[in-house]
Amino acid sequence: MAREVISSGNDLAAIAAVDAGCMFFGGYPITPSSEVMHTISDLLPKVGGVCIQMEDEIAGICAAIGASMSGVRAMTATSGPGMSLKAENLGLAQMAEVPLVVVDVMRGGPSTGLPTRVSQGDVSQAKNPSHGDYKSITLCAGNLDECYTEVIRAFNLADRFMQPVIVLLDETIGHMHAKAVLPDLEEVKAGIKPRKTFEGPAEEYRPYGVAQDEPAVLNPMFKGYRYHFTGLHHDAMGFPTEEIETCRKLIDRLFRKVDEHKDELESNEEFMLDDAEILIIGYGSASLAVKEAIIRLRDEGIKAGMFRPITLWPSPEERLYELGQKFDKVLSVELNQGQYLEEIQRAMGRKDIQKLTKTNGRPFSPQDIIDKVKEVF
Amino acid sequence: MAFNYDEYLRLDKMPTLWCWGCGDGVILKAFIRAIDKLGISKDDVCVVSGIGCSGRFSSYVDFNTVHTTHGRTVAYATGIKLANPDKHVICVAGDGDALAIGGNHTIHGCRRNIDITMIVINNFIYGLTNSQTSPTTPRGYWSVTMKQGNIDPTFDGCELAIASGASFVAREKVTEPKKLEKVFVKALQHKGFAYLDILSNCHINLGRKNKMASAMDNLDWIDEITMPKKKYDALSEEEKLNKLPTGILKEDTEAEEYCDMYGKLQEVYQGKREKFTPADFKKVI
Repeated sequence: MAREVISSGNDLAAIAAVDAGCMFFGGYPITPSSEVMHTISDLLPKVGGVCIQMEDEIAGICAAIGASMSGVRAMTATSGPGMSLKAENLGLAQMAEVPLVVVDVMRGGPSTGLPTRVSQGDVSQAKNPSHGDYKSITLCAGNLDECYTEVIRAFNLADRFMQPVIVLLDETIGHMHAKAVLPDLEEVKAGIKPRKTFEGPAEEYRPYGVAQDEPAVLNPMFKGYRYHFTGLHHDAMGFPTEEIETCRKLIDRLFRKVDEHKDELESNEEFMLDDAEILIIGYGSASLAVKEAIIRLRDEGIKAGMFRPITLWPSPEERLYELGQKFDKVLSVELNQGQYLEEIQRAMGRKDIQKLTKTNGRPFSPQDIIDKVKEVF
Repeated sequence: MAFNYDEYLRLDKMPTLWCWGCGDGVILKAFIRAIDKLGISKDDVCVVSGIGCSGRFSSYVDFNTVHTTHGRTVAYATGIKLANPDKHVICVAGDGDALAIGGNHTIHGCRRNIDITMIVINNFIYGLTNSQTSPTTPRGYWSVTMKQGNIDPTFDGCELAIASGASFVAREKVTEPKKLEKVFVKALQHKGFAYLDILSNCHINLGRKNKMASAMDNLDWIDEITMPKKKYDALSEEEKLNKLPTGILKEDTEAEEYCDMYGKLQEVYQGKREKFTPADFKKVI
């Protein structure tokens, strides 16, 4: 049975992690994500798991990656400055193919920015937080329910694709306190898809020797399958190599394992789009204001609709292209200077997209969007 | 009969990338002998290394092995250990790894007294990246970033570890491989954070420009600057200058270990014991 709860976005992210079977959290205090750690520090020890407040942001993600390498589901949570600090080790998790869920509750930036105020300024960073070539998987919760469901989905995707999955919340959603409707717990548990393991003889085990569109198969530690994790280019057993073809194939595979299975990742919401004449694109908390604006615009006879990507990276480029063909009037709404707009322009192959942006730490009001629509269309 | 290392080595990874005459191989062999002596299953061991010459240690030994980012061994190992408290987790780091870029993790690993054995291979220089000053590079010595003589004060990792709360702290050197093996056995048996400052030579990147271009010269220098703790303790403060004591420098078997403490915390949450109060701890502040 679906569950109705009164909770906050940050609390729901913590509850979801534990419901998804997370057994380890490594973190460091940072506004506005700290409540994730506050809540999970009470939940994990109850179920035999561990929550540890580490000495810094870097240690938080390293401990979580370490736990995940050993075979347990693990998470860390942070905000923009912490993402910047975690970037190098996110790169190691991408390279060594270690599943991990990273909740980033976005605040104003750059630098220390606006710690207690909202932003969607980490969207570009989430695409490439670390140096080098790899494919990020980034989900973005647009309401309280999704702070729960997207974290559950993130754990399953991390184990499916064997890499970090970033869940973007923003300060508004993270600190929003209201009713949420959560899926039935038994359904959630039944939907848990743990990472693949190799069951054959250890001599035949090749953790990274997999099909070119598949992720590594990393058995838990201490079970008789001894292999090697490294951030260096590596061979089928995980050992460092500079062999030309092995290096080429590794990075090619890190791309193809995601690119060739985008159908398993894509998730969008389309709101009042069928008869719309104006397309508004928004995500995260901005989409809440967009929805309200659309309802009010329609009261005035202006037919607007919304497209909301829930999986931001990889982007829903085919759907965006189709929408770009269908709609003349397109408005992008985001709490940054147009970070996702660049992706929308690329996917649509158009430059004539209107934008509404805000970077003063304040959320959009529906009226902001109504005014913009009336101004530009 | 000579000890056969083959069972513990990844023979297809030989030869190592370490230079001829490097002491790191002595440390690797002593570590293997210690594991063998204790009869620990290879499956129950995880070796976590950082970046630098010492970072390659993990790829040569047939355990569960992790080659992490620069300086982060203790942070990774903390996650591995807390998720698997009954397994042996060993960090292998260099002096730059443990005391410069990863200094914070070293301090807090010691403070938590989590049951990790940290082997710091201290060769007094950044070797792999070609002779930059490390936190242990002697003052006045040449480094590629201090060509007119190093002015940076040095760091004693053992004193840092003792002050930070590690319950087992020792220093040994590659010129005494038997003692190395012994200290590894002791550290692995110890429950709590074991910080091991293992002095090794880098005649290539430290020695060549500092009048000890051969491995033997560099090793002789290590012997000159070290003496057993007992002998060291008998010296006057002035005589202690520029000498490093070897042997076990701290061993506290009573100190609370972090995984044990977290286990008790889990019991509190599971209703099996009362919550902690200051009365539960000898040292509160």
